[in-house]
Amino acid sequence: MVNGLNLAFQFLDSFAFVVLAAAGLAIIFGIMGVINLAHGEFILVGAYATTFAVTAAGLPLPVAMVVGSLVTALFGIAVERTIISGFVPNWIGQRTVGRDLIEPLYDRLADSMVATFGLSLVMVQSARILFGNSIETVGTPFGNVAYGEFSYSTYRLVLAGVSILVLVAAYYVFTRTTFGTRVRATMADEQTAKALGVDTERTYMLTFGIGSGLAGLTGALFAPVLSMQPTLGDQFLIEAFVAVVVGGPSVVLGTALSGGVLGAVSATVTNLTDSTTFGRIALLLAAMLALRFLPGGITGFIERVRSRRQEGE
Amino acid sequence: MSGDGFSRRQFVTAGGAALVSGLAGCSGGGDGGDGGAATDTMSSADTVKIGVLEDQSGNFALVGDPKYKASMLAIEEINNDGGIDGKQIEPVARDPQSDNQRYQELTREFISEEEVDVLWAGYSSATREAIRPIINRNEQLYFYTTQYEGGVCDKTTFAVGPTARQQLGSVLPYLVEEFGPKIYTIAADYNFGQLSADWVKVLADENDAEVVGEEFIPLSESSFGSVINNIQDAEPDFVMSMLVGANHTSFYEQKASAGLDVPIGTSTAMAQGYEHRRLDPPAMENIYAGVNYMEEVPTESNTGDGGFVDRYYDMYPDADYVNEEAETNYFSTYMYKEAVEQAGTLEQPEVIEALESGISLGTERAPEAPEGETIELDGATHHVDHHMWVLRADGEHNIEEVTNRKIPEQFLSNTVGCDLTQEDEQTQYTPVDYFEEAE
Repeated sequence: MVNGLNLAFQFLDSFAFVVLAAAGLAIIFGIMGVINLAHGEFILVGAYATTFAVTAAGLPLPVAMVVGSLVTALFGIAVERTIISGFVPNWIGQRTVGRDLIEPLYDRLADSMVATFGLSLVMVQSARILFGNSIETVGTPFGNVAYGEFSYSTYRLVLAGVSILVLVAAYYVFTRTTFGTRVRATMADEQTAKALGVDTERTYMLTFGIGSGLAGLTGALFAPVLSMQPTLGDQFLIEAFVAVVVGGPSVVLGTALSGGVLGAVSATVTNLTDSTTFGRIALLLAAMLALRFLPGGITGFIERVRSRRQEGE
Repeated sequence: MSGDGFSRRQFVTAGGAALVSGLAGCSGGGDGGDGGAATDTMSSADTVKIGVLEDQSGNFALVGDPKYKASMLAIEEINNDGGIDGKQIEPVARDPQSDNQRYQELTREFISEEEVDVLWAGYSSATREAIRPIINRNEQLYFYTTQYEGGVCDKTTFAVGPTARQQLGSVLPYLVEEFGPKIYTIAADYNFGQLSADWVKVLADENDAEVVGEEFIPLSESSFGSVINNIQDAEPDFVMSMLVGANHTSFYEQKASAGLDVPIGTSTAMAQGYEHRRLDPPAMENIYAGVNYMEEVPTESNTGDGGFVDRYYDMYPDADYVNEEAETNYFSTYMYKEAVEQAGTLEQPEVIEALESGISLGTERAPEAPEGETIELDGATHHVDHHMWVLRADGEHNIEEVTNRKIPEQFLSNTVGCDLTQEDEQTQYTPVDYFEEAE
């Protein structure tokens, strides 16, 4: 039996999950050409930092979430400086052996994957060694909304609200600010941007920081509802990659649209069949069809239609 | 915004490949042993070589690590007490990293190079089935200690953890009597979960109850909104949960915050992954575990002064929890000791014969198992007649005893008629072949 409110809530739930899982990955991939396979572990950093901020430092949950996101952003910047851009090792290299030690990983898809996959293994095992096989969780705030015989956790609805806020904020930052213009300039043509006085190095670093911060925020937001274990990042990876691929080249709009489409498909099928298994199959099928018929993703398709129309005029 | 310079298709191929290789890691693989010579060329006679393969990293580290620790505790205790028949135990342990392929490699290595006298290995049923062909080919004496779906009738394998029929059979009848006959089953979508759900149907039929809904959930799922709605829709008297793994743990937190307050019976939660210690109360309130052991089991030999729990934390002060499987690793090591001393040799066929003659713990000769009183190894089926407990978590996650009684293994002995003392077998039987309700 399909209950309208159930369907609506489940849609919001899937939408929030897909959008939050993908946001950080989309920015880092879309703008910097780095496939971050350690994305799940960045989420782990956010989740653990948030949990410790509550259990060890006694901070209230919302403050702890901000702390968790900032910690992950700083961690991301550290990773960018050392592994992705190679700034720190090269600085040391220049002063010791007189040459650069590593090439930056920007726009080197396969290489960035290998490097970040290694990073993810190191991070999971480090978390295990440092904090054990699990840490205590914090409870979910806000209680539930009851309707008839059904009820839904209020917090899950808050997550949906936050995911929309994230999209709006990202859209604003990347389209309406000077920083955003610099980012897009760097992305479109790094050499020209550099020639026009954009500090591309700094832009890359900050963008990576923002992407990491968003991954951290995802971890922070999901910390109260998930089991805190070193492998918790895994569960976000599939949705994150699928959403980025389906979304297409436009980072923010693409993430929003793929979140909407995939969320709707997954929630509707789950509701019709009463089975999460079929919901998941439908989600992956939708992704395959999208790839087959819209190889540029949803936003790639939109761009194509738009340019065709302009030609027609 | 357009990302030039790389195609999205490239991204998919690359990302997909990495995901698959990261997630799979458990392909069947070959089962090639290195010849069946292990039983002939015994290891040096002055020590007993015990192989221990338990996960200390990877997905099952949380539940596997206590198993490793408990094996080491038993070995140290036995060594301090003069060893087995005067011989010291030499443990050989390696971390298989929750990876079935690694399990297969290490099992081969332990049998052919280390020439272990006996092997303890593996958490999941998938792992057991991955290494059992190697075990069989080499006729290696093997203890599998996890609570599992049941039905393994194998000459050299001793599955000494409780079976689904024992676990569910302890908690389900109680819940039917207490709350009513309408059951909703949620289970992990693989071998263990599917077979456990079949057992719920069989037991429901035996107890005049009815399964009103059933849902299998992929191991990768961690959002339970729709599952919770489906349960609310079906209005069961109680839920039977056989969820497995880290992702599924999220269900308990999510059902609590959604306000789902129907009682839940389980064979998987709390006793293995100590969710009642890790999650914020009241996530586990009104959850009833049907198990042979939890750290909180109130027997003298367990929580009493200087009991099993005390000794465990003395040896491992930083340990998190003594779980169900830890106890099974512990007492089965003592069962092995009894059998070797009875056989008077380390030769595996003789030790197996001694084990089949019926080893009991909690008698004059052998110490009591922490789960309580005497427990017996059934020689015919290589399973254990366990002391089963129903334990409930309250609103503060304190564990209280509800009922306890002795429950023998029944499926292999009564229904299938497996008798390994008469006939060598290497089969796993499933309830579908014997019960109409399970179809």
